[in-house]
Amino acid sequence: MSDFAIELKGIDKRFGAVHANKNINLKVARGTIHGIIGENGAGKSTLMSILYGFYQADSGEIFISGQRANIKDSKAAIAAGIGMVHQHFMLVENFSVLENIMLGAEESAILTKGITKARAELKRLEEQYEMEVDPDAIIEELPVGVQQRVEILKAIYRKADILILDEPTGVLTPAEADHLFRILAQLKEQGKTVILITHKLREIMAITDEVSVMRRGEMVATRKTSETSVEELAELMVGRHVLLRVEKGEAKPGDVKLSVRNLTVRDSRGVTMVDNVSFDVRAGEIVGIAGVAGNGQSELLEAIGGMRSATSGTVTLSGQPVDVTGPGDPADMRKRGLAHVPEDRHHTGLVLKFEEAENAMLGYHRDKTFGQSFLLDVDAMRKDAMEKIEQYDIRPPNPRLKTANFSGGNQQKIVLAREMERNPDVLIIGQPTRGVDVGAIEFIHKRIIEMRDQGKAILLVSVELDEIRSLSDRIIVMFAGRIAGERNPDASEGELGLLMAGVENKLEAAE
Amino acid sequence: MSTPFAKLPGWVEYALIPLVNLAVAFLVAGIVVVFVGENPLEAARIMITGAFGSGEGIGFTLYYATYFIFTGLAVAVAFHAGLFNIGAEGQAYVGGIGVAAACLTFDHTMPWYLVFVLASLGSMAFGALWALIPAWLQAYRGSHIVITTIMFNYIASNLMLYMLLNVFKPLGQMAAQSRTFEPGGQLPKLDWLLSIFGLDIGGAPFNFSFLVALAAAFVVWVLIWRTRLGYEMRTMGFQPHAARFAGMKSKRVVVIAMLISGALAGLMALNPIMGDQYRIQQDFVGGAGFVGIAVALMGRSHPVGIVLAAILFGMLYQGGAELSFDMPEITRDMIVVIQGLVILFAGALEHMFRPAITAFFARLGKSRSEAAAGA
Repeated sequence: MSDFAIELKGIDKRFGAVHANKNINLKVARGTIHGIIGENGAGKSTLMSILYGFYQADSGEIFISGQRANIKDSKAAIAAGIGMVHQHFMLVENFSVLENIMLGAEESAILTKGITKARAELKRLEEQYEMEVDPDAIIEELPVGVQQRVEILKAIYRKADILILDEPTGVLTPAEADHLFRILAQLKEQGKTVILITHKLREIMAITDEVSVMRRGEMVATRKTSETSVEELAELMVGRHVLLRVEKGEAKPGDVKLSVRNLTVRDSRGVTMVDNVSFDVRAGEIVGIAGVAGNGQSELLEAIGGMRSATSGTVTLSGQPVDVTGPGDPADMRKRGLAHVPEDRHHTGLVLKFEEAENAMLGYHRDKTFGQSFLLDVDAMRKDAMEKIEQYDIRPPNPRLKTANFSGGNQQKIVLAREMERNPDVLIIGQPTRGVDVGAIEFIHKRIIEMRDQGKAILLVSVELDEIRSLSDRIIVMFAGRIAGERNPDASEGELGLLMAGVENKLEAAE
Repeated sequence: MSTPFAKLPGWVEYALIPLVNLAVAFLVAGIVVVFVGENPLEAARIMITGAFGSGEGIGFTLYYATYFIFTGLAVAVAFHAGLFNIGAEGQAYVGGIGVAAACLTFDHTMPWYLVFVLASLGSMAFGALWALIPAWLQAYRGSHIVITTIMFNYIASNLMLYMLLNVFKPLGQMAAQSRTFEPGGQLPKLDWLLSIFGLDIGGAPFNFSFLVALAAAFVVWVLIWRTRLGYEMRTMGFQPHAARFAGMKSKRVVVIAMLISGALAGLMALNPIMGDQYRIQQDFVGGAGFVGIAVALMGRSHPVGIVLAAILFGMLYQGGAELSFDMPEITRDMIVVIQGLVILFAGALEHMFRPAITAFFARLGKSRSEAAAGA
C-alpha cells in the first residue's frame, strides 16, 4: 500500500477560454487532514470535482492508494472510497436521517431488511466516530451543523476512506465549526484521510497537517502546517505580482453623497450576510470594498441598489434617506441619482438575448428620450446606443447586434456606458473587470477614475485586490459580513490579505 | 467563446428548423398511413387539394386558421413575459359571453359593425377577466400559472354550460345554445376577398374576423417590439433578475401580460359565434386554445410565424376533414393522430434537431467569424 491516499499528477482542465486547473500535482498522505486554500475562482472546486468524477480532466492521472484510478463519475469515486460533503448539502429534506443515509445504498427493493441493517450500522458508526444523530429525525427539522454530520455519516456509510469537505464551515456557527473539527480529528484518528477546502486561514492552522495553496488555477505551494504561518499562507494565496497602477491624481473628496449606517442584511435562509456595516462615500472619491467573495459584498451592493431589502439600518443618498428595509425600488434609486453596475452582467446587468440598443437603455427605458408615449422610439434608442458605442469604443459598433455576440469586455462596456452616461451622483460598481480582457480593463479603470475626477461618489466592490488597490482612495475590507478594517491604498497586500482572511486580531496582537 | 449557443442565421432559425420538424412529422404521419393500408402520397394529395384546391377549401382553411391566430397570439404574448398560458381554451370560451351578450342585446337595433365593436370589447373583457385570477395568483401568491390556467379551463367549461342552459337558451328548446342572431349579430363573409383571386367561397364560413385576427397580429407585434410594456415583458421573459435590476414592477407586468393574453383568446369567440353559427353553443372553442400553444411554439412567438403556423393547422383541419371523407380507412381519429404528430414534432420536440443543426452551422460559421475577427 502506498503512503499516499491520493496522488494527482499533471491534472489539467479548461472550460473554453478559462484555464481552471493548470498542471496540478498533489500528494495527500494517508491518515492526515490536508487543507486546500485559495481565493474563489482559484480552481479548488474544479479540482475536487475532477476527483469526485463530476468533471473529467483534460489530461493528467489520479492515483488512489497508489492504484491508478479512472474516475468517470461519482459512482466510480464512491467505489474508490472517496466521499464528498458539498457546500450545499445533498440531502432529501423531508426524509429522515436514516432514509437519507440509505438512499442509493438500499441493497434491495424491499426496504425492511435494509432498514434494520442500516440502523445497526448507523449506530455502530455513531459510536465509533462520536457523532450522535437521531436516525428518525426529519432532515429539515435539524440544525445545519447536524445536517452536515448526516452528510459525513452518509459518506462513511458508503465506506469512504477519503473525505472531501468543500467550505464546510461556511454555513456553521463558530460552535458548530468547533464540533466539526472535533469530528474531523476523530476521523483522522480512525485512519481516514480528510481533504478540507476553504479560504479561511484560521481553520487551516487549527486543524490541518498539511496545506496546499492554489492561485489562478495553479498549485503554488504545499507546506506542513506546523512549519508555515498565517502570514506566509496569506501571501501565497493572494499572490505577489506586478500591480497595474492606474494613473490618477489626488482625490478631492467633497460632501458625503452615500452614507450607510448599521446596515444588516439577511438572506432567504436567515443567514446574516451583511452585519451592522457603516461607512460614507464622498463626492470625488473611490471607496473600494475588498474581501474574498461571499463575505457580504454582493448583498451590500444589492441592498444599496434597491434590489434586496435590508433587515435593518439606514442608507442616505445625497442627503435624502432611502427606505432600505422596504421591498426596494431600483427605478427610484436611479431617479435619485444612483447608478449601479451589477456584479453579474450576464444575469442582472444585461439581457443577453436583447439587441445592444435594448440593453443600452435597460433601467432607463421609461426615459422620455426613448419615446414620448407608450411607444418606444426605436430610432432614438439606436442613436443613443450608437453614441455610447462611439464614446466607449464598443465593438463591433452595431446597436442591432444581439448582446450575447459581444465579448465580455464589450458587454461590460455596454453596462458601464449605460450607467455612467446618465450623470449619476453616486456610482456603485461590482466586479467591473470580471471576465474582461486586458485591453478593456485599462479602459474601464480609466473611466472609473474620470468619473471620480468629475466629482462622483464611487463605491467599488471587487475580489481582485490589485484592482481595489490601484483604484481606491480608501479601502474597506469585509469579512464574514462585517467591516474587518479600513486601510489606505498603500497598505501592503499582506496586510490586506490578512484582513480579508479574518485574522485581523492576531495581527494587531503581534504589532 | 462558447459555441453551443452560437447564433443561427435568421432563415435557419425561422424557416429551416420548422420545415425540418414539419417534414419529419409528415414522414412519421406517412408511415402511420401506410400501416392502415393507404397510400401516403395519395393521402397527402387529398389533404392539400382539400385545403387549397378550391375556393371553398381555402375558405374553410382560413376560417380554421382564424381561430388559431387568435389563440396562438394569446399564448405568445404570455410567453414573451415568461408565462405559459395553458388557459386560452377557457378564456376563449368565457370570451363568448361578451360576444353573445352584445349580439343578443343589439342585433335587431344596430348594424353589424357597431355590434361587432361591442362584441369585440365584450369578448376581450370576459377573456381578460378569466385570465385575471390565475394572473393575480401567480403574481401575488406564487401559484403556478400552468396549473391554475389548466384548472380554469375546467371551471370555464362548466360555467359556460350553466350560462348556456340558464341564461342564453331560449325557453322550450333542448340544445344548450342561444337563439340565432338577427343580421345585426352576423359578421359579413369575406367572399369578396376570395373573389379578387377569382375564387368562389362556396359554403365556407370564412368571415370578417380573419381580418380582425390579422390586425391583432400587427398590434401584438407593435406591443412586443415597439412599446415600453412589451420591452418590460420581454425582459422578464428572458431574464427576471435583470427586470428586477431595471426596476420593473414584475407583478404588475405579469397581470397585464395575462390580461392581454386573455383578451386575445377571448376575441377568438367572434369567429365561430358572430362569424359562422350566429349563436353561442356548447364547445364552440373545440380545442383551438390548445392548438394555439402548438401554433405559438411553431411560430416562435412571432406574429408572422403565428399566422403562417395557424394557416398550416387550418390546412390540417380542413384537409384532414376531406381526407377522412375520401379515405374511409382513415378515420377522424386518424386525422387527430396526424395533427398530434405535427404538434409533437413542431412544438414539443422543437429542440430535437436543433443541436445537430446548430453544430453544423457553428462549424460552418467558425472559419467565417475567425476571418472577420482577424480583420
